[in-house]
Amino acid sequence: MTNQMVGIEINDLHLSFGETEVLTGVNLDIQPGEFFAFLGPSGSGKSTLLRSIAGFGPTPQGSIRIGGRDVVNLPPWKRNVGMVFQSYALWPHMSVRDNVGFGLKERKMPASEIAPKVDAALELVGLTHLADRMPNQLSGGQQQRIALARTVVVEPEVLLLDEPLSNLDASLRVQMRRELLALQRKLGLTTIFVTHDQEEANTTADRMAVLDKGVIQQIGTPQVLYDTPENLFVAEFLGTANILGGQVESDGGAKRFRTSAGDVLPLSDGHEGAGSIVLRPQNMQIVDQAGADTLPGTILHREFMGSQVRYIVRTSGTEMIVDQFHHVGHDWRDTGSDVHLKVNTNEAVIVAS
Amino acid sequence: MSNASPHNAGGPSLLDRLPASIFPRVTGLHAAALIIAILLIGLLIIPVFQVIYVAFLDPNTGALTLQNFVDFFRTSLFRESFWNSFYVSAMSVVFATVIALPLAYITTRFNFAGSVVIQSLGFIPLIMPPFVGAVAMQLIFGRNGTVNLLMEEKFGINIPFMEGLNGVILVQSIHYFPFILINLSTSLRNIDRSMEEAAQNLGSQGMRLFRRIVFPLAMPGYVAGAALVFIKVFDDLGTPLLLNVNNMLAPQAFLRISSIGISDPMGYVISFILVAFSIFSLWASFLVMRGKDYSTVQKGGGGLSRRDLRTGEKIAAYAVVAFILILVLSPHIGLTLLSFATIWSFAPLPDGFTLQNYVVMWENSKQFITNTVIYAGIAAVLDVIIGTAIAYIVIRTGIWGRKSLDYLATAALAVPGVVLGIGYLRVFHSIDIPFTDKPMASWWVIIALALMIRRLPYALRACTAALQQVSLALEEAAESLGATKGSTIRRIVIPLMSGGILAGFVTSFATAAVELSATIMLVSSESDAPLAYGIYLFMQTPSGRGAGAALGVVAVIIVGLGTFLSQLMIERDKKFKSTDQSH
Repeated sequence: MTNQMVGIEINDLHLSFGETEVLTGVNLDIQPGEFFAFLGPSGSGKSTLLRSIAGFGPTPQGSIRIGGRDVVNLPPWKRNVGMVFQSYALWPHMSVRDNVGFGLKERKMPASEIAPKVDAALELVGLTHLADRMPNQLSGGQQQRIALARTVVVEPEVLLLDEPLSNLDASLRVQMRRELLALQRKLGLTTIFVTHDQEEANTTADRMAVLDKGVIQQIGTPQVLYDTPENLFVAEFLGTANILGGQVESDGGAKRFRTSAGDVLPLSDGHEGAGSIVLRPQNMQIVDQAGADTLPGTILHREFMGSQVRYIVRTSGTEMIVDQFHHVGHDWRDTGSDVHLKVNTNEAVIVAS
Repeated sequence: MSNASPHNAGGPSLLDRLPASIFPRVTGLHAAALIIAILLIGLLIIPVFQVIYVAFLDPNTGALTLQNFVDFFRTSLFRESFWNSFYVSAMSVVFATVIALPLAYITTRFNFAGSVVIQSLGFIPLIMPPFVGAVAMQLIFGRNGTVNLLMEEKFGINIPFMEGLNGVILVQSIHYFPFILINLSTSLRNIDRSMEEAAQNLGSQGMRLFRRIVFPLAMPGYVAGAALVFIKVFDDLGTPLLLNVNNMLAPQAFLRISSIGISDPMGYVISFILVAFSIFSLWASFLVMRGKDYSTVQKGGGGLSRRDLRTGEKIAAYAVVAFILILVLSPHIGLTLLSFATIWSFAPLPDGFTLQNYVVMWENSKQFITNTVIYAGIAAVLDVIIGTAIAYIVIRTGIWGRKSLDYLATAALAVPGVVLGIGYLRVFHSIDIPFTDKPMASWWVIIALALMIRRLPYALRACTAALQQVSLALEEAAESLGATKGSTIRRIVIPLMSGGILAGFVTSFATAAVELSATIMLVSSESDAPLAYGIYLFMQTPSGRGAGAALGVVAVIIVGLGTFLSQLMIERDKKFKSTDQSH
């Protein structure tokens, strides 16, 4: 069941619930066959955006083109967009077989053609033996797969997944996300995945969009978003970030960053003016000697985390999180001791504050 | 809406392209909402307002006047009826409280083995229409009834339990106390245990603790139950009529309209007073309840701490429960005895037993039973159809004015059966049955429609509860797989609501089958009469009482079976849906 792969273009999409605007000027271009993730905190509008692609909720302003066709004014049942719901939404009064066959029956397909398609879909998710069970006799993971089979059997142009893993326990979640990705690659279905879990998005998505307050903050591959966040929200939402406010100055030809507290770090590049420097916990080393690229600090707190030791260091007017790899026999720094933080400034990012 | 598959749908139709804000989609649901609104306005609002309007009209000139009310309060019989109705309702609340309070207290405060008995006991009185038991109560508690005959023999005393208003109070409080018991027990059970423990921790105990903490927390539940009892008794027509107590408001309204005619203004004045009291009581209890939802928020914190009873207390508790049980079951026992009795007069027990009454009943009431099945059937089918439609429109759509459908349907709760009956007589006597020249007021269909309106609030609650259990995602899943709104309702929503809809149907059917107050106004010939009216007719003559009791037993079985079945369906439905609660 391979599809003609289609892309999704969203242009200047606005959506309001009464007075409150929940989506503001969303522009998005999803490639055919791409596994795309919407990532954001709750209330960021990521689910609303997904639901408006499926046709649920109030009609938005702007356009949503699926394979070139504008679907904004179409009801859900005319869109051919498959959606897997967070709660799976299996109908409790129908057997697994009837659940999976539902969409085909709605398409007026003769029963003789429905049966083999349902079997194929169940085989795809490896649950052929459960065809005659009722949904309440299935485990969470099985319900999830049936919901998936029910959606892909109608050969939708696009697959939408609304927090599909959030109801599974931790170990199953890791397994299911691999299976999901494998299935997506096999079917070549353009897929959008909504999640608030950055690990889920990082591990599955080809590209992702980070949303906050109904606005897309940045679009890109997981690595680009982590390494070069365009703003403080993206920097802080993806992984742990230490932020130092200050400004970029020019000293002859060389650039440098002066923190608000007055400490100076050399930079290889950067636009002059006010900004913030984003430092990941692994971008710094604790050293004894001061240097051109170090900041003086005091260790406030220490946490042993197994593979690494996390220090909270007070420096340049802020508390910074610094992770050091743990090696057997290595001595830990004591709280209260004065140290220097060596900053790998070529790994750091300057964002507008 | 076309059913075209998205595969070959070339693109959105013209209709789909029009912005919804400028051209609102007119769907089947809009049409349904409109039809229901017209039905409710025509069958509930217009008749009731007509009744109220006529109460303010001068019967001769047709001018607006307060003269009817002046006349009403100048007539000593009406003044007496007014105070009697008020007195009987208030005293019924008092006695119902006396019955319910110990039962609620014993079951919620102590580890008491009889709790299960009390829980089911709470429902038994409700499955018998009060007027059915009234005659049986006369035979047990009347001047020459079982209890007084035995007491006269042993102690030489005769207590007038059933004389005049006393009889009405006794029958009504035995019938309606479950409303107080259920509400009060729920309140007590929902009190957070830590509230009581906090008071104990701060040094409060015993009666003081009860008065200062437990009682105030349980008050909203009690008031809700008491208000309901007050209204029900105030509006009831059947019981006083069967006990031959005519100097109360509802019987007066009935007698004025049935003997003097529908132009007599007094019936309307009484109706206005009945409606005003209903609305006032509901409003008063709403005010007391507002902002006082004290039920516990934390899991496992529900209910007061229970303690074991000491031996002496246990005996006392069982004695109280046994006494109340016998009292509460006496109408059922009396009715059953009477239905099998040869002759039962001036004797503690019937002279002999026979099945003859059932034979007579069956020969004479086939028509009553058939009519009942037809009327209650039509009413209940319409109730669940309209109830389901209103529930869907209110919960799932954004149709303008949808909430008012809910309010309109629920408003029927505040309209006494007598008032609705008088309203129908007034409105429909001037409209002819389609294709004939007989007035609609004497058409049997009107009886079914009155029952439909009277039971709609109950069916609506059942349907609303059923729909609330269906998660919206289940519908959206169907729509995203290509099912239209209509198809989704048919294949997903209705099947998932079926348990609740069936329960609503059974409840509406069973209670409509024994409704007397509206039907007695609307029955124009004996051949159109339902079962409840049949019981009333049988009970008018001493020789018909046995057969009347037999028909009463049939009524009790219908309601009892109905209640049991609807409980069963609700339970089954809950188990069936357990999958949906997995997240």
